[in-house]
Amino acid sequence: MPKGIGRDEVQRLLSEGAQLVEVLPREEFDEEHLPGAINLPLRRLGKEARDRLDPNRPVIVYCWDSA
Amino acid sequence: MSPRAAWRLESLGFQEVYDYEAGKSDWLAAGLPSEGAMARLPRAGDVARKDVPTCSLEDRLGDVREHAKKDGWEVCVVVNEERIVLGLMRAKELASDPNQTAEQAMRPGPSTFRPHVPIEEMAAFMVEHDLPSSPVTTSEGRLVGVLLREDAEREAHRLHEAMHAHHAEDERGG
Repeated sequence: MPKGIGRDEVQRLLSEGAQLVEVLPREEFDEEHLPGAINLPLRRLGKEARDRLDPNRPVIVYCWDSA
Repeated sequence: MSPRAAWRLESLGFQEVYDYEAGKSDWLAAGLPSEGAMARLPRAGDVARKDVPTCSLEDRLGDVREHAKKDGWEVCVVVNEERIVLGLMRAKELASDPNQTAEQAMRPGPSTFRPHVPIEEMAAFMVEHDLPSSPVTTSEGRLVGVLLREDAEREAHRLHEAMHAHHAEDERGG
């Protein structure tokens, strides 16, 4: 079950090598994203996640907010 | 959207998936770095002065004023030990009875702005509402600095000029 985390935990996991994924559309990602994030919009996850993400490392997903 | 993405990744076999629920808005509101086209534009947090004087609730106003004036400031932010903003004192409050405490003199609960607000937006807002200065805080209310209207207007003008020059260069090149 995916675990909800806050900003401090995000920073800790990133420092330990976690992968960061923004699931918003490409235009929003291009405007601004978290350092080191890759863009995998929700609709492309099924096709691209296995090619672009390492299954042996933690993955953190985010969008704009919790709404 | 991100909870669905996290569940989808699990269904694809990823074992350790986390959802940063508060997302990009939370990250930017904390004044943390970002990448992308917008990231290069100046924001409230970039222009805010970090050396603004601060004091605690129980500090004597006369001492606070003396300290602020010595460094040329006409504003002081009242914070607690976590640097959470509790009040603001501008020139008018700083000029009141020196034997009062900061708590008695301050404007409690002042409006604050997040570090990621574009500087042009901040400059326009401060002019429209005649604000000489505005505290910039993280979403938790922790002080980042104080944005002075003169700084916001100057930076917004500089940005406008740079974009105009860039646009003109594009037209010549095109």
